[in-house]
Amino acid sequence: MGAHLIPHASRLTFSGDRFLLLNALVLAPLRENAGRTALAVLAIALGVALGVAVHLVNSSALNEFELAARHLAGEADLVVRGPRAGFDESWYPRLSRLPQVEAANPALDLEVPLAGRPDSLRILGFDPLRAAQVQPSLLPERSSMTLELFDAEAILLSPSAADWLRLKPGDRLDVLVGTRTIAFKVAGLLPQGAYRQRLGVVDVATAQWRLAQLGRLNRVDLRVKPGTDVAGFRRELQALLPAGVQAMTPEIEGERGAHLTRAYRLNLDMLALIALFTGAFLVFSSQVLALLRRRTQLALLRALGVTRRALLAHLLAEGAVIGVIGAILGTLLGYALARYALALVGADLGAGYFRSVVAGLEVEPGTLAFFAALGVLFALLGAAAPAWEAARRAPAPALRAGDEEESLRKLHTLWWGTASIAAGLLLALAPAVDGLPVAGYVAIGLILLGSVLVMPHLVERCLGRLPSPGRASLALAVAQLKATPRQAAISVAAIVISFSLMVSMLIMVSSFRTSLESWLERTLPADLYLRPARFGETAFFTPDEQSRIAATPGIERAEFIRTQTLMLAAERPPVTLLARPVDVSDPGKVLPLTSRPYTPRPDEPPPVWVSEVAADFYGLRAGERVQLPIGGAARPYTVAGIWRDYARQNGAIAMDRELYVELTGDRLANDAALWLRRDASLTEVQQALRGRLPAAAGFEIATTRDLREISLRTFDRTFAITYALEIAAVLIGLFGVSVSFSAQALARRREFGVLRHVGMTRREIGTMLGCEGAVVAALGCAVGLATGWPVGLILTHVVNRQSFHWSMELSLPWLPLAGLALLIIAAAVATAVWSGRAAMGEDVVRAVREDW
Amino acid sequence: MLSIREVSKSYGGARPREVLRSVSLEVRRGEYVAIVGESGVGKSTLLNLVAGLDAPDRGSVVLDGRDIASLDDTARTLLRRANIGFVYQAFHLLPHLTVAQNVALPLSLNGMDLAQARARVLEMLGVVGLAAAAGVYPRELSGGEMQRVAIARALVHRPLLLLADEPTGNLDAETSKQMLALLREQVKRESGAGILVTHSALAAASTDRVLTLSADGLRPG
Repeated sequence: MGAHLIPHASRLTFSGDRFLLLNALVLAPLRENAGRTALAVLAIALGVALGVAVHLVNSSALNEFELAARHLAGEADLVVRGPRAGFDESWYPRLSRLPQVEAANPALDLEVPLAGRPDSLRILGFDPLRAAQVQPSLLPERSSMTLELFDAEAILLSPSAADWLRLKPGDRLDVLVGTRTIAFKVAGLLPQGAYRQRLGVVDVATAQWRLAQLGRLNRVDLRVKPGTDVAGFRRELQALLPAGVQAMTPEIEGERGAHLTRAYRLNLDMLALIALFTGAFLVFSSQVLALLRRRTQLALLRALGVTRRALLAHLLAEGAVIGVIGAILGTLLGYALARYALALVGADLGAGYFRSVVAGLEVEPGTLAFFAALGVLFALLGAAAPAWEAARRAPAPALRAGDEEESLRKLHTLWWGTASIAAGLLLALAPAVDGLPVAGYVAIGLILLGSVLVMPHLVERCLGRLPSPGRASLALAVAQLKATPRQAAISVAAIVISFSLMVSMLIMVSSFRTSLESWLERTLPADLYLRPARFGETAFFTPDEQSRIAATPGIERAEFIRTQTLMLAAERPPVTLLARPVDVSDPGKVLPLTSRPYTPRPDEPPPVWVSEVAADFYGLRAGERVQLPIGGAARPYTVAGIWRDYARQNGAIAMDRELYVELTGDRLANDAALWLRRDASLTEVQQALRGRLPAAAGFEIATTRDLREISLRTFDRTFAITYALEIAAVLIGLFGVSVSFSAQALARRREFGVLRHVGMTRREIGTMLGCEGAVVAALGCAVGLATGWPVGLILTHVVNRQSFHWSMELSLPWLPLAGLALLIIAAAVATAVWSGRAAMGEDVVRAVREDW
Repeated sequence: MLSIREVSKSYGGARPREVLRSVSLEVRRGEYVAIVGESGVGKSTLLNLVAGLDAPDRGSVVLDGRDIASLDDTARTLLRRANIGFVYQAFHLLPHLTVAQNVALPLSLNGMDLAQARARVLEMLGVVGLAAAAGVYPRELSGGEMQRVAIARALVHRPLLLLADEPTGNLDAETSKQMLALLREQVKRESGAGILVTHSALAAASTDRVLTLSADGLRPG
């Protein structure tokens, strides 16, 4: 029978002992099980590819963001920045006269909506003469063109802006200010390489006049005298500046992008790591089963004198080969994916953080090497435990048949598994680390790891309680499962990993989507919404226009909202100030409060309502006081409640519009919410509104339904990359199931042969395997649900809360979960039956007896 | 009871190797026949043809009046399930079933109810001297014990025909002797007939009739 011959030895091509062993132990088994090897390689490659792609795209976007901030600041050592409403221009001469300042350039830096298209262009108004000292690279190469900037219609475009707008020198550029169209003439282009993003440059006086910002500035770039202590001067300057105006270094300005997006980037990195983790698990499960199958060969080699260490090294090398091939393929695939993602969904992978950033893909050899190494490491980790077990196994019992289960029994994992789950659950209660949900992710990792570790014991207990059916094929299936719980546990664990990821992501996404829907319901109570432009900062409705809108036939009630920005900290992006009608006695009518409302006493400062994001960023609670720079002066306000806001990622503060107007005198509005009369026709009201506003304006009229649909579409787009990563992780998990089933079916070929000899039909063996698959998958889904549930809770209430600072109501998508479970069970049954069929494809007689 | 007429069988694709050429054999009810021959001469192939595990290229194999070669795979399997018992050199007990479960397998496949099956299994285990080992797994048994279980499993459903392929090949001389005696006794008691394929003259001597298989076919002696 030749039971103890090493099957690969006949094909040895190297003569040296080392190569002989390498071939017999590493290369030949990999070749022999090409399908299994390919799946394991693919799993690692996918994990590496996702990591590489996500990281390359993110770092390219961040590099561009930082580069843009650096280029715009030029040679400035400090940038004084105000909110969108800016600060009085009289601050410019005061700043430029400070003894530490060598040169200063006053500027207006605004996103300006484009007329005729739903987009905006960043326009920087600065003093071209001062720019020669502070930002010389932003000046045109020809000095005559610099002079042209003093023409009130002239604008210089960066090459990328000109490309994007398809404009050339001499062409006209229309932008929106209020609801009017303002025309600029393209006087020329900025030098190539001066500024890679989309930018228009005009004279600061032109910007103030034409963008309706007379007497206002929102930026002054300062170059300090040599020898000045920049940090010290910054502190002095900050004390001098009016409320809501911040002095910052260009580095802080550049790092803001990184700070703003780091939680989002960490989430993507974690998803890629989860894909790698499932890849490592695939390597683990396939190696465990492959080494079980080869246990007599390995025992024979040990009996022939191969040392334990040599055996371990060679078996680890098998994992390393899978890792290296997977890492190389994954790196190439990741680069291709990054290029594709950048072109398809943009530099922020669809999340909306860097909407207008134009990024080219930058290859970072260090990043590529890091993820490739990670791929090899995960493959090695996956191979380590089975290799260790195989190497330390005593050769004598392994030469006997039927010790597979015994060898798996030696893995004492219950204690470690329970401890890991307990530690994970405790860690989920920990706060964010430096604003990142590090503990939450570690908790998820520990719970997943723990559930895999407790699996052998759990499966043994569950299978031990299975009743023995009367039908022979089913009884055999049950007997097989009861007798080999540790082997079944490997398949169950593969399903648990895959299904728990599905469950947790579904819980998180469903909770988010349901919460968003109810949030939209609450925040969009009117019938129609009107705004002068979708993007940009210079579009608004004047009081006269507001009156005309409110008086439009068919409109019963109109509410107007003014949005401004507040700069509360240099390191953080500005917070949105939302001035809207709010009933102080019942703010919950328009704001979805998540805290109990606090009604300020008459002697307390006026109320504001802070979004969860702003509350987290600035540590605010209902009932507390907060200093806010509104109307040019910092005054105390009472935090009258915390509200949920999914629209503004940098935080928002709401206040009653009447109070805002009283404080600022600003009666402009950015949005209008309109309630129609019961008998009014939506179409007629829309037409009437268009007739009452300037014809050329790019204002948008949308019904509540339109806005809900747009918001949910945006939500789905934002989660597109999450879905893609989840699908990848799930596919890898399902690969694991198929690998473990087919490996077990191959290992049981002789058993199938005996069953055929004693008179079982192929169909009966198929039924037996299908039953085994169904039990394993059902158990996997049940445990997966039990594991996915806490992981989903952690994702929803810990990771999401700490990453994005908004809360959600828990929503359990039972129907999709049940459908997925059924799908997995069906897939497992099909895989088990198919694996058995493939294993029985060869003559069953030969499975029992190799010779004639 | 078993009639093999002019059976030929070849294996291989482009350069087929003829394993059996015009082999004929008649086995009567109650008869225990040994087939001996050199390695690779086709003894096991002949057993596989008799069991319906393989189909002959030419000729017929008729068991209890039914031509096995004319049946489809499912019908051959059902015929084998009811009428044939196997004993192998390597025992081939299912490692994940207990001794009793291994022995009960043919009864369960033939639809016998559990109470009846349990009694019959214990009876057979008693016959082979392993009643006390009903609940243990095969890995806990010695080679001789495993072969006793295999014999019990092969005969538990009282097959028409017992096929034994080198049943003592993995056993020591003393155990072999006991096993051959047990096999003969049980074939005579529980089965319609038996065919023993072996290299061993000692094993062959335990049967009623010895046939030698060679390239020229089956001959007495």
